[in-house]
Amino acid sequence: MMNSEPILSVSNLQQHFKINKDLTIKAVNGVDFEVKKGEVVGLVGETGSGKSTVARTIMGIYPATAGEVYFKGNLISDKGVYRKNKGDINKNMQIIFQDSAAALNPRMTIEEIITEPIVVNKLLQDKNKIQEKLDTLLMEVGLDHTFKKKYPTEISGGQRQRVAIARCLSTSPDLIIADEPIASLDVSIQAQIITLFQRLQREHGFSFLLIAHDLSIIKFICDKVAVMLHGKIMEIGPTEEIFTRPAHPYTQSLLSAVPVPDPIYERNKILIDYDARSAIEEAEMVELSPKHRVFNNFPSLVFQKLY
Amino acid sequence: MVEPILQLKNLSVSFDTKNGEVEAVRDVSLTLKKGEILAIVGESGCGKTVMSQAVLKLLPKTSRIKQGQIIVDGEDITDYKEKEMRKLRGGVMSMVFQDPMTTLNPTIPIGKQITEAIVKHNKVSKDEAKKRGIEMLNLVGINREEEMFSLQPHFFSGGMRQRCVLAIALASNPQILFADEATTALDVTVQAKILDLLLDIRNKTGISIVFISHDLGVVARIADRVAVMYAGKIVEIGTAEDIFYNPRHPYVWGLMSALPALTKAGESLATIPGTPPIMLNPPPGDAFAIRNRYALAIDYEEMPPMYEVSPTHYAATWLMDEKAPKIKPPISLKRMEKE
Repeated sequence: MMNSEPILSVSNLQQHFKINKDLTIKAVNGVDFEVKKGEVVGLVGETGSGKSTVARTIMGIYPATAGEVYFKGNLISDKGVYRKNKGDINKNMQIIFQDSAAALNPRMTIEEIITEPIVVNKLLQDKNKIQEKLDTLLMEVGLDHTFKKKYPTEISGGQRQRVAIARCLSTSPDLIIADEPIASLDVSIQAQIITLFQRLQREHGFSFLLIAHDLSIIKFICDKVAVMLHGKIMEIGPTEEIFTRPAHPYTQSLLSAVPVPDPIYERNKILIDYDARSAIEEAEMVELSPKHRVFNNFPSLVFQKLY
Repeated sequence: MVEPILQLKNLSVSFDTKNGEVEAVRDVSLTLKKGEILAIVGESGCGKTVMSQAVLKLLPKTSRIKQGQIIVDGEDITDYKEKEMRKLRGGVMSMVFQDPMTTLNPTIPIGKQITEAIVKHNKVSKDEAKKRGIEMLNLVGINREEEMFSLQPHFFSGGMRQRCVLAIALASNPQILFADEATTALDVTVQAKILDLLLDIRNKTGISIVFISHDLGVVARIADRVAVMYAGKIVEIGTAEDIFYNPRHPYVWGLMSALPALTKAGESLATIPGTPPIMLNPPPGDAFAIRNRYALAIDYEEMPPMYEVSPTHYAATWLMDEKAPKIKPPISLKRMEKE
């Protein structure tokens, strides 16, 4: 399924929010990465690291301060190009948010919510065809037809997230961006939704940019991981390499902090503290292996090449 | 034998709603020893928060303690009135909630919020209270504590705020601390530090902690004993080792195998089908039966009693009965660390 053609490519992306004349928040400060066709990419980082802002800037919710976003070869961070390709972008790039209760219109029925993108994008005209599509979508996300006439407030959080997923699949997008899609769900429901994502991704082959703070989930489903801190990518590379041989001190600290459901291991675990005092502001990405790059902001540190 | 500081005996809590009675906590019995950290694990709506609120008598008016006893430090407080509870709350028992920003008053300096708790429960002078307040900030790991003492909460980061909340909760030397999802809203790195802080405080002060969480990883780090709740009942209780390495209840098997951390990459996650029940009309038998692959016929009819697995480990499942078929747990929970 996967080939080398990037579906999304972000280079030197910057998003600065001007609060007042003295204060500008550099939420995203020079981010580069690619999502290839059929690839599942994870974006991790703590609160305020800028991971959600990256997603929102890619989606065009905020115009980028600087940098380029290419979607299927088109420079969509440019207003003119965006406008010209608006139909294609709207159909082929979809986002799922954390809080499904806020993301779904409480005054629309599940049926209306799921079919709205089909109608708006004029993908299907015939009412029966739309109904057929609705039935397939509901089935794919594990809901049945009894949900059609319900409102978002009448169903549980897990079911609402399934509706949000069905809505986003309704246009058969090439890229799905999910911003903490399972963070607000219960453990047993989280597993259901992750499994659903995995299955749908395999069946539909869409590219998937997953933003999460839970590293165990990223480790579980992503091909590639980017670790963010203060608006910059600290380390990016294949999931296995990042988790087995983390190079950047921040990645090491983050990985050591993840609680593992094993009491004896946890009690003996020593946390690695991230000490940013000797870190410098401006630095280059260093290549450790063809796909693994790390932000060299510790001049004293020599990174071991992995190849 | 360490004496228990908190004992619940057959506690049941119900809410009266217009649709009928919701049984949020059903027949819960447990003991908390001095200096022990007991984790209560369960999904949302399983009754873990209601149970702790019942002990602190912070329940909303629509609810009532239907039966059972709450014994704190040898004293039965089940029928205590608000006036008597006020002395206990903050004094003997304290609570820390998930969101520090809603716990703290945004307009009042941190220091004042801490000394308020000290003055309320102890006869001390203003200067003494301030001195103790600064000590508290130091205890919870806030540097430059004298400077921070006069700052409002918005100057602090999420983790620092949660530390401040802890300082307030610990200000008048409580014996029991209820931490309700106290680290859930924090980043993993911050969370790890707060967990270590709680362990450190326990070792220094000998406080008992009831740690309510849905995150099994966090529980593994902090808990001495673990109680797993489902649909208002404790389904399994034991030491952390018992629960993590030798779980007996199918619900606990389900929870464990739903964790990506315990699943090999490339394998699919085992999921528990369905959703937790609504406790308006709880089913007659084991509430987990309809989601349980291993359910026996009796599970649908009769509630399973607590079976003793070992003197520290109890599980409420019919699978423990001698007549039940022997089922091998579907998960291999070996120690992950291999050396």
